[in-house]
Amino acid sequence: MKICCLVKEVPDAAVQKRLDPGTKRLDRGGERNLNPFDTHGIEAAMQIREGGEVEVTEIVAVTMGPETAARALHKAVALGADRSVHLTDDALAGSDVCATGYALAKVLESESPDLVLLGQQSDDGECYVVGAVVADHLKMPSLTQVIQMDVSDGKLRCERQAEYGYDTVEIALPAVISVGDAINEPRYPSLKAIMGAKKKPLDTKSTGDVGIEADRVGADGSQTQVLGINPPPEKQAGEVIEDEDTNETVEKIVAWLDERKLLA
Amino acid sequence: MSDILVYALHNDEGEFNKNSLGAISEAARLASGTGGKASVVVVGEVADDAAAGLGKYGAAKVYRCKAAPEGLAQPIVDVMAKVITDNGIGYALFGGGLLGFEIGAGLTARLNAGVTMEVTAVRVDGGKLIAERPVLQDSAIVDVGYVSEPGIIIGRLNAFDIEESGSGDAEVEDVEVELSEWSTKATMVTRGEARGEDINIEDAEILVGGGRGLGEKDNFSLAEDLAKSLGGAVAATRAVVDAGWYPYSTQIGQTGKTVAPKLYLAVGVSGAIQHKVGMQSSENILAINKDQNAPIFEFCDLGVVGDLHKIMPKLTEAINAKKGS
Repeated sequence: MKICCLVKEVPDAAVQKRLDPGTKRLDRGGERNLNPFDTHGIEAAMQIREGGEVEVTEIVAVTMGPETAARALHKAVALGADRSVHLTDDALAGSDVCATGYALAKVLESESPDLVLLGQQSDDGECYVVGAVVADHLKMPSLTQVIQMDVSDGKLRCERQAEYGYDTVEIALPAVISVGDAINEPRYPSLKAIMGAKKKPLDTKSTGDVGIEADRVGADGSQTQVLGINPPPEKQAGEVIEDEDTNETVEKIVAWLDERKLLA
Repeated sequence: MSDILVYALHNDEGEFNKNSLGAISEAARLASGTGGKASVVVVGEVADDAAAGLGKYGAAKVYRCKAAPEGLAQPIVDVMAKVITDNGIGYALFGGGLLGFEIGAGLTARLNAGVTMEVTAVRVDGGKLIAERPVLQDSAIVDVGYVSEPGIIIGRLNAFDIEESGSGDAEVEDVEVELSEWSTKATMVTRGEARGEDINIEDAEILVGGGRGLGEKDNFSLAEDLAKSLGGAVAATRAVVDAGWYPYSTQIGQTGKTVAPKLYLAVGVSGAIQHKVGMQSSENILAINKDQNAPIFEFCDLGVVGDLHKIMPKLTEAINAKKGS
């Protein structure tokens, strides 16, 4: 079984993120890191390999992004991927979700994976949808926010929380699964793995290499347009009291609750 | 003259999801601006009167596909893609929830359509829809327009209010759809299973949210006592769920649930943005925290700076006394 893990480079959690008012895109300045949610996807792949139920021939980390995104691939390899593929092309800049999903599907198609794993969301764009977009392009079944996954007989048995409780779903391979962060506790890479990561094969591909139609990607190929950026509505700050005499404080809280008919 | 199509989710008892009903109401409101009509897709066993009854929320027409199973996204993508294409529908709108995200994403790929998710408001401009989406942990709101139709809009949980604006029944049309080969490769084994400590915090009108400030796992009993006195339930932050103090099903925030109760009483919760996004729509927010610089004091309605271990037992007692009187 061949597993592809989709990963993304995102601004480090400590970086104050902002939108560039000119391009209306995320300001890519500052420290960057591997999307923490995607590390759960890599860990899930490693656990399938180590579980021994099926033979995993290869784990390939795949990303799309500017040149710097190669660092996210190095991290993914340090966490256990055997090699990585980097789709990078100026023509991709400014792609929306629709265009990004299409482009990622094309690069995945060139790898013919049996299973595609990714994190439930990216730490920056907060998109929860890329997995399902990619799956439809690849004509594969898919499930998102999976928190338990078992593989056997060419099938996956997945569990997740949906609207009405836990669903258990059986899915035939090949499939695209986005995992929730409750699925596992990602391991820390060993120093040796970190040192060795840059020596593992990394293929850099352009749009032409994987048959991406140029007019379906980039800002011009996108189907949505950011028309404006506005500050969020200001909320009137409430009253803040200090607890000096607890009996008095409690009296005030009860009166406040009563006034709002919350003690009915 | 753009029509708007909504997917209405229902449970095994045939009840429609409240986020779906909110989306139908919103579609009806928007359709009056685009000059089109609001339609709905339902799948599985939905009774005639239940389908027609969606007219109450402003749906003009309901497309029902009995052959497609409820609860999995991809068969519904097949149904909606066909209905959109056959009827020249301009927009698909989803209320908040997991399935809407998946179906909307599938439609994006299938129809090469633009998508906006986590949308908190939609407006009509020149007959076209513009979706407002908070980004970067709600520090900015972007207005997103669509280059072409159809456009896909996926709401944030509780973004759209339910309004019974319609008069009379919706017209119900049964549609036959051939499912894609890959849509039949996933099968539901069990749906909607409740588990031991699976608490439905999303429907609670009053929530006591516990954070790391509670100090230790056992102190959650303080939150439970307080919630009981108020007739509410207990929710938790990511930090305490990760620490194993409280079940994952009660987690609120970016990776947990989004709630909007009448009262959110935060105890020992700092109010980090990841938590804030999950509860900021609560009608009344009351916070107790010993750190006067905690961000929660910037967006609560009443803040109490003090030791929650001292305040909570007395507060529980006072509420019980007040209610008993």
